[in-house]
Amino acid sequence: MTKVSMTVNGTPMSGDVEGRTLLVSFLRDQQGLTGTHVGCDTSQCGACVVHVDGKAVKACTMLALEAEGAEVATIEGQAAADGTLNAIQAAFQEHHGLQCGFCTPGMVMSAAALLKDNPKPSEGEIRHYLEGNLCRCTGYHNIVKAIMAASGQDVSAIAAE
Amino acid sequence: MYEFEFARPASVAEAVKALSEEDAQALGGGQTLIPTLKQRLAMPSTLVSLSGIDEMKGIHSEGGQLVIGGAMTHADVAEGAEAYPALAALAGQIGDPAVRNRGTLGGSIANNDPAACYPAAVLGSGATIVTSAREIAADDYFQGMFTTALEEGEIVTAVKFPQPEVANYQKFLQPASRFALVGVFVARFADGVRVAVTGASEEGVFRWGAAEAALATDFSADAISGLTVEADGMIGDIHGTKAYRAHLVGVMTKRAVAAAS
Ligand SMILES: Cc1cc2nc3c(=O)[nH]c(=O)nc-3n(C[C@H](O)[C@H](O)[C@H](O)COP(=O)(O)OP(=O)(O)OC[C@H]3O[C@@H](n4cnc5c(N)ncnc54)[C@H](O)[C@@H]3O)c2cc1C
Ligand code: FES
Ligand code: FES
Repeated sequence: MTKVSMTVNGTPMSGDVEGRTLLVSFLRDQQGLTGTHVGCDTSQCGACVVHVDGKAVKACTMLALEAEGAEVATIEGQAAADGTLNAIQAAFQEHHGLQCGFCTPGMVMSAAALLKDNPKPSEGEIRHYLEGNLCRCTGYHNIVKAIMAASGQDVSAIAAE
Repeated sequence: MYEFEFARPASVAEAVKALSEEDAQALGGGQTLIPTLKQRLAMPSTLVSLSGIDEMKGIHSEGGQLVIGGAMTHADVAEGAEAYPALAALAGQIGDPAVRNRGTLGGSIANNDPAACYPAAVLGSGATIVTSAREIAADDYFQGMFTTALEEGEIVTAVKFPQPEVANYQKFLQPASRFALVGVFVARFADGVRVAVTGASEEGVFRWGAAEAALATDFSADAISGLTVEADGMIGDIHGTKAYRAHLVGVMTKRAVAAAS
């Protein structure tokens, strides 16, 4: 076991992990942050996307020890302390960007990474950026719509269903 | 995954030392290796992470070549290799954003997946692979699917890319894996043209000599209209037959030439 320390959503966290412990297991099993989901466990689906030093990564395909000293952001840190949703989360709710919600943490974290680099993405850019995030429920249109809305753009032109 | 020790050295010399231990293995971005470990297809005693080695990072020009550190991620190259736009564009098309934020140049060419994108750029540019031990010309480096000239414990520390007059990479996407079903990198230099094909052959990335010769005298899509590659030796699977891939080689090469000129 090796001690690993990182900052998660602004709070310092540490724990003893094995070499093989994945970042997602450290977050979910050791820190109880179960908002980050494991869909495929094979780096295909993006349900496990978190930010490490500001960059979107698949937490199922990164070792916890690789995040030593890093700033990690997860879905739990997106809403305000009093529970008020951030703009992306609120837009997902408003525009029905989720159904079962399994993919949603990863979708929201990927959307946050996209909007940080590209505050007003086009519909095509959003669809392209979400290539690594799979959703089995919504058919994506409302997710794209929510992200357009969260970036303050008109969504009336986007297909409704 | 089987259990392993984890080491994160700060220099190439320390990494080489750590890799000299029995069954130690290098860890780049882990985008190929971690899934492999999960399937228990590998059982390293120690994983030696290359992510903390500053001398394997950075992009700079040196003697007319663009030198890219082996630990640079695909996202780093997509953003930082403006001096070689075809290469930056290729890096920006690998996988998806989260994969690009972790996967590295060194890891990709060490792995030499037959459908990977970077091998086409490295071979198509006539690049030089710089390792912890020596420099290897791209023409000698790729030795068939998942096989390279690298020795046990040898680390790809950088790749030196000569900068062509014009170049382009065309990837026919296999949408489920996001790798190339067929990808073609074309580069025109003052003294000739190089055409490297990935995704197609059972031998891994290869140079299409006949197309190179035709394009050297006439750099236009029409110049290769009459050329075909043999279906024999191409990969045939549920995503495409041998004949389909052979056909795509011609189509993607023409597109790359048209986009480059
Ligand atoms: C969903 C998905 C989609 C992808 N799509 C594409 C695609 O479109 N095109 C494409 O080209 N690739 C694609 N990849 C592969 C991706 O580019 C990998 O990042 C890359 O192949 C391996 O690089 P890595 O740094 O992650 O290496 P790792 O997975 O860490 O290592 C791979 C192998 O290389 C060795 N190694 C690592 N670094 C070095 C080094 N510097 N020197 C010597 N040996 C080293 C390791 O020991 C291991 O054997 C995809 C991967 C995923 C998960
Ligand atoms: S759980 Fe990580 S990509 Fe699917
Ligand atoms: S809402 Fe169910 S998987 Fe996306």
